[in-house]
Amino acid sequence: MIPACALAALPRGEAFRLDTVEPPIAVFHTDDGELYAVDDTCTHQDASLADGWLEGCEVECPLHASRFDLRTGHADAPPAKLPVRTHGVVVEDGTVYVVPSDLPPNLPPGARARTV
Amino acid sequence: MRSVAIVGASLAGLYTARALRDQGFDGTLTIIGSERHRPYDRPPLSKEFLAGRITEADLALETEDEDLGAEWRLGVRASGLDRHDRRVLLADGTSIAADGVVVATGATARPLPGDSPSLRGVHTLRSLDDALALRADLVTGHRLVVIGAGFIGAEVASTARDLGLGVTIVETAPAPLARALGGEMGTALGALHEDRGVRLICGVAVQALTGDDRVDGVLLADGRRLDADVVLVGIGARPETGWLEGSGVDLGDGVLCDSGGGTSVPGVVAVGDCASWFDPGLGHRHRVEHWTGAVQRPTVAAATLLSGGTAPAPPQAPPYLWSDQYGMRIQFAGHTRPGDSVTVEEGDVAARSFLAVYRREDRPVAVLGVDQVRQFTRWRRRLGTVSTG
Repeated sequence: MIPACALAALPRGEAFRLDTVEPPIAVFHTDDGELYAVDDTCTHQDASLADGWLEGCEVECPLHASRFDLRTGHADAPPAKLPVRTHGVVVEDGTVYVVPSDLPPNLPPGARARTV
Repeated sequence: MRSVAIVGASLAGLYTARALRDQGFDGTLTIIGSERHRPYDRPPLSKEFLAGRITEADLALETEDEDLGAEWRLGVRASGLDRHDRRVLLADGTSIAADGVVVATGATARPLPGDSPSLRGVHTLRSLDDALALRADLVTGHRLVVIGAGFIGAEVASTARDLGLGVTIVETAPAPLARALGGEMGTALGALHEDRGVRLICGVAVQALTGDDRVDGVLLADGRRLDADVVLVGIGARPETGWLEGSGVDLGDGVLCDSGGGTSVPGVVAVGDCASWFDPGLGHRHRVEHWTGAVQRPTVAAATLLSGGTAPAPPQAPPYLWSDQYGMRIQFAGHTRPGDSVTVEEGDVAARSFLAVYRREDRPVAVLGVDQVRQFTRWRRRLGTVSTG
């Protein structure tokens, strides 16, 4: 379990980028009060989903407008072809924690080369 | 409508094919492409692909299990449109019968004016094959002269600098992108090049290229001569519409379209870089040479085609583009005109991270961001809401 941020520092409609892990993880607080965590990097090309547009349970990539369902990680339409990896979120004593997935990430080709 | 031919197998053509199928078209679909490649993504050609960080397979736009039920005619150019017989004529002498035609032939790189002799080492960048040829010439330690400080030129300069070339950019206007962004912001983007040791020469035209068989220099209008091992000409693109001349499809700066992509010939729509759609919000037609337009408009054009032009055209989102240079992300959305005011609302130009808002009579009309993706996303949404009422 990795501490991300204080819940009070993440109002509804906002996102937090946890970049102390590799690859970085984005934590979203939806307008309905739910918390979700997914890999921060779009699976299509190198863009931070925490910088994208959050609407309901979906985030739209700031570059190419593929939308990812934060509950499943699935993209609604191309250009993204692969789902983004989802992670667990736990809140304890006012702190948001991420429970990282054991699955391999689906990073875009350019970013993959860069993180090696 | 029982058959549709899509002329152009790139982003806009592929997305129109998808949109037609999504909207229930189950007839014969033929996709004609002048290049031999399956649809591929062009933006990385000046960036990750040119740098060698991603492969040709990474550029594929189709998903693995995608089946559009289309017949592909790749590597053959369309040479004409017979609207009476409703056939698309191909350069190999064959033709394709189609009740509906989608014009998605894109644009081609504008060559240098004048009749410069054909010299090796002189490139334009539009296609995958162009990128492969340019990449082969980007040799560490060599000197690259980029003619034109637009987005393609700027991105190639950035990539070439990373590859260890000495790079000079020559721009006729007083600042890069001055016409699109205004002088102040154009100058701010120009500084990004100079920060990385790229020489930027503005306000001077190119007189000629020199060299016998291979280019060895660029002669400027002020008499200066720049040594060059390789030259990239990045001075814009012109719509690929020559094949439609005499077809009855009205042409101007591109295929002239209504606000739904319909052309002067019923049953013919146009999308992508070659298409000049009427924008009711602006009151005139304009071409949009951006990726996002080529992805958004096909849905509308498909509806126009399948409905015979009766489908109402939804409001158009403001044009949006992005560019990656020297590890920075530049984004722009909206329409600017000379005289718009510009204010920096986030960050600082000197810190190379800022967001600037363009206003006309106090109304925001455009936004430019450099490494301000989150704020830019919000502003872009806001502009879309404002301009669509």
